[in-house]
Amino acid sequence: MITNKDNVQAVEQFAQEVVDIEGRSLWQDARRRFFSNHAAVVSLIVLGLITAIALLGPLFSQWQYDDIDWEALSDISVLGRPSLENGHYFGTDTLGRDIFVRTMQGGQISLLVGVLGSIVAIVIGTLYGATSGYIGGRVDSVMMRFLEILNSFPFMFFVIILMTLFGRQIFLIFVAIGAISWLDMARIVRGQTLSLKNKEYIEAAYACGVSTPKIILRHIVPNVLGIVVVYATLLVPNMILLESFISFLGLGVQEPMTSWGALISEGAQNMEIAIWQLAWPLGFLVVTLFCFNFLGDGLRDALDPKDR
Amino acid sequence: MLTFILKRILEAIPTLLVLITVSFFLMHSAPGSPFSGERTLPPEVLANINAKYHLDEPVINQFFYYLGGLLQGDLGPSFRYKDFTINELIAQSFPVSAEIGLWSFLVALVIGVGCGVIAALRQNSWVDYSVMAVANLGIVLPNFVLAPLCILVFSIYNQWLPPGGWNGGAWPYLVMPVIAMSTSYIAQIARITRGSMIETMHSNFIRTAKAKGLPKHRIIFKHALRPAMLPVISYLGPAFVGIITGSVIVDVYFGTGGIGQHFINGALNRDYSMVMGVTILVGTLTILFNAVVDVLYALIDPKIRY
Amino acid sequence: MLLDKALNSDTNLLEVDNLQVAFHTPDGTVTAVNNLNFTLGQGETLGIVGESGSGKSQTAFALMGLLAKNGNIQGEARFEGDNILSLSDKAMNRIRSKDIAMIFQDPMTSLNPYMKVGEQLIEVLTLHKGMKKAEAFEASVKMLDAVKMPEARKRMAMYPHEFSGGMRQRVMIAMALLCQPKLLIADEPTTALDVTVQAQILTLLNELKSDFNTSIIMITHDLGVVAGLCDKVLVMYAGQTMEYGTAEDIFYHPTHPYTQGLLKAIPRLDSDSGLLATIPGNPPNLLNLPAGCPFEARCEFARAQCLTQAPRLDTFASGQRAACHKPTEGWAV
Repeated sequence: MITNKDNVQAVEQFAQEVVDIEGRSLWQDARRRFFSNHAAVVSLIVLGLITAIALLGPLFSQWQYDDIDWEALSDISVLGRPSLENGHYFGTDTLGRDIFVRTMQGGQISLLVGVLGSIVAIVIGTLYGATSGYIGGRVDSVMMRFLEILNSFPFMFFVIILMTLFGRQIFLIFVAIGAISWLDMARIVRGQTLSLKNKEYIEAAYACGVSTPKIILRHIVPNVLGIVVVYATLLVPNMILLESFISFLGLGVQEPMTSWGALISEGAQNMEIAIWQLAWPLGFLVVTLFCFNFLGDGLRDALDPKDR
Repeated sequence: MLTFILKRILEAIPTLLVLITVSFFLMHSAPGSPFSGERTLPPEVLANINAKYHLDEPVINQFFYYLGGLLQGDLGPSFRYKDFTINELIAQSFPVSAEIGLWSFLVALVIGVGCGVIAALRQNSWVDYSVMAVANLGIVLPNFVLAPLCILVFSIYNQWLPPGGWNGGAWPYLVMPVIAMSTSYIAQIARITRGSMIETMHSNFIRTAKAKGLPKHRIIFKHALRPAMLPVISYLGPAFVGIITGSVIVDVYFGTGGIGQHFINGALNRDYSMVMGVTILVGTLTILFNAVVDVLYALIDPKIRY
Repeated sequence: MLLDKALNSDTNLLEVDNLQVAFHTPDGTVTAVNNLNFTLGQGETLGIVGESGSGKSQTAFALMGLLAKNGNIQGEARFEGDNILSLSDKAMNRIRSKDIAMIFQDPMTSLNPYMKVGEQLIEVLTLHKGMKKAEAFEASVKMLDAVKMPEARKRMAMYPHEFSGGMRQRVMIAMALLCQPKLLIADEPTTALDVTVQAQILTLLNELKSDFNTSIIMITHDLGVVAGLCDKVLVMYAGQTMEYGTAEDIFYHPTHPYTQGLLKAIPRLDSDSGLLATIPGNPPNLLNLPAGCPFEARCEFARAQCLTQAPRLDTFASGQRAACHKPTEGWAV
């Protein structure tokens, strides 16, 4: 028998090396292709800038996100206009609060919620898909049937029911939302796993008695990372949009905290008096989503050159 | 084909049952009850009401009462609109949502496919770039932003269209809801169509068609369009669900009185039976629509036979 | 033009002059076909032989006007006297399939999977011959019979996925022959098929060739295929002609080391040694061709001159041509 401990380790190491070698050249190639895609690179830079502003911007303002400028409040449509003199770079809302600081603070929440929800969805989706695809057979068909059932749930309605359940704990809500938006991820990863399953190094690892969870974690998951990354960049904007939608319905973050969705919702109500209240958060949201879309396209082209 | 449809319907029953069960218990595990907000009610009256709606019994019993009613086609009374049953409310609001949804769906499909095909055939030209830039914008502009912007432009700056209402579905009342609802789907469908059309045009059988000396329009319409439509058709399921969900926004902004409004109010007011009713309706439609998509898929792709 | 005159008394059906095909890619310009010359007479069969990437398929696509969008053609290809490389797409459509037809390498994907086979055959005839549907249907059935398709009439209503690979290639051949083209370009028609099916398809092509008196350009990497079918042979390497001659010349008197290598690499049952002869190494990168002979790196006879100076395509007394600095040394083989 070759399944003594040393051998298992040696083979595992070997399989890992194969993965590394294949992985490195793939990623190098992908990096080169990615950086030659100007739209994607610019999007990445813009996203970095937006994140930086959202985090650091409030430090450069004399206002807090819940401060009320009583002076401006007396005539919002004039004194609440964006101006550099009174420190309201983006103007104030109808309650006299500074839009600049609120947009930044809302950005923090929106981005965080988007990333958090995506991470949850990706972890569950990847593990579910890889497990289902690798084990195969009855387990696979049961797991896929379960997926189909979940898929026929009206998703958004489910989210709203969850909202009423979790109230206004926005982060908990997004963990929950992430926990039910992994379906596509699982399907994609399963498909990839099925084709990986017959690769020599996986078979070698199996033949030497490496345990199933270990094969999935060490050999399958690293090899589907490319597609996972691409999907993640498409998932984050969806999550941000979802948060906006929920906030818009008045179910999202708790006042005086805010998010882009909540700001847009308030801004839309006051757009006749103070269009800037809508314009700034909307601009940030749209640019962010735009960038994520370009980034996702760029990554997909880089990692899957077949399309070009 | 008939057995396949029958099979799909039979499969839908357990799925629906799971959906009903999960939403019921989720709904009821949320804190608060439909009447807890109404502080003016004396305790004995509240107890009476609770007893009437079986709210004083264990949740599991309530579940079976509900299922019993459901089997007879009764979605129960509304806890909020006390003089109406859910059946009546849905019968009243669903046609509105259906009409907006159907129009949005058609508009999205026709314009989306058209733009996608044009962009694909002019790949990497300015036509392609501008169509795709607009499409990207359509995707990132959420409908709850589009709706107020529509009102701003069409009703406030220019008095072209009424800012809201339904008026039995006369077309001026229909335009803005359909724009708000269909834009992101036009954009998505255009992107998907473009991608799959480009892929199809690069496939070997299109090369064969070219080698046959077929004129371009015949290659596109006769050979390429059908396979290029397959990914679009699989997107129709999710798109349909999204359009139903979008009705929430449309109802809020334009006051059209569709089911979306009822759902949100129901969820906010713990109107259990309303939320359950809409969820069941939408769930059924989703399952039904997914089946329709499968059938369409089979009609187009000869490799799939049931 | 000795070779060409030797084979044909009459005018040539196709004359290719200095054909060059280049692709502009982000990494630079790839010259897939470089300075190609050959002629083809009525009823003749030319075999174009080479490894994958040698430019033989691109030659075929260039002749059919099917190059990818970033492709760029130079040179001339006169078909019955007209340069088909300069024709507009519309004018080319009148020639495609009617006068020049093509069979592709991969029968599994070359038929439209979403259309009935019959429909795909009929449209060729309604388009080029102006036939009525019913008439075209009968003609298509007849052609399917001619390519030995069993139960041809029944199969007209079937979809490609209901056919085996060999059957699909028969459909492709029938489709190509529907208008009785003067020239048939067959791009590795048997590569994707089982060995027994390969033999059937080749026999079929041979029969059709004599039945319809069609000229054929047979593109292949398999010298065995060439031996059974072709009158002349053009050996390509890295987009360039290595050797060009009658089938007899090439098989019995190969002069170019590359041709000799290819011939040695044909597996033989009667061979004493169990080892298969191979040509070591890989073809050069087309993005960065060497200054000298492209085959230099793999050639056992290579010398200093080969590294710096590209050999000319020299013509021998027999009409045979080879691009090598010292081809005569090869006569001994």
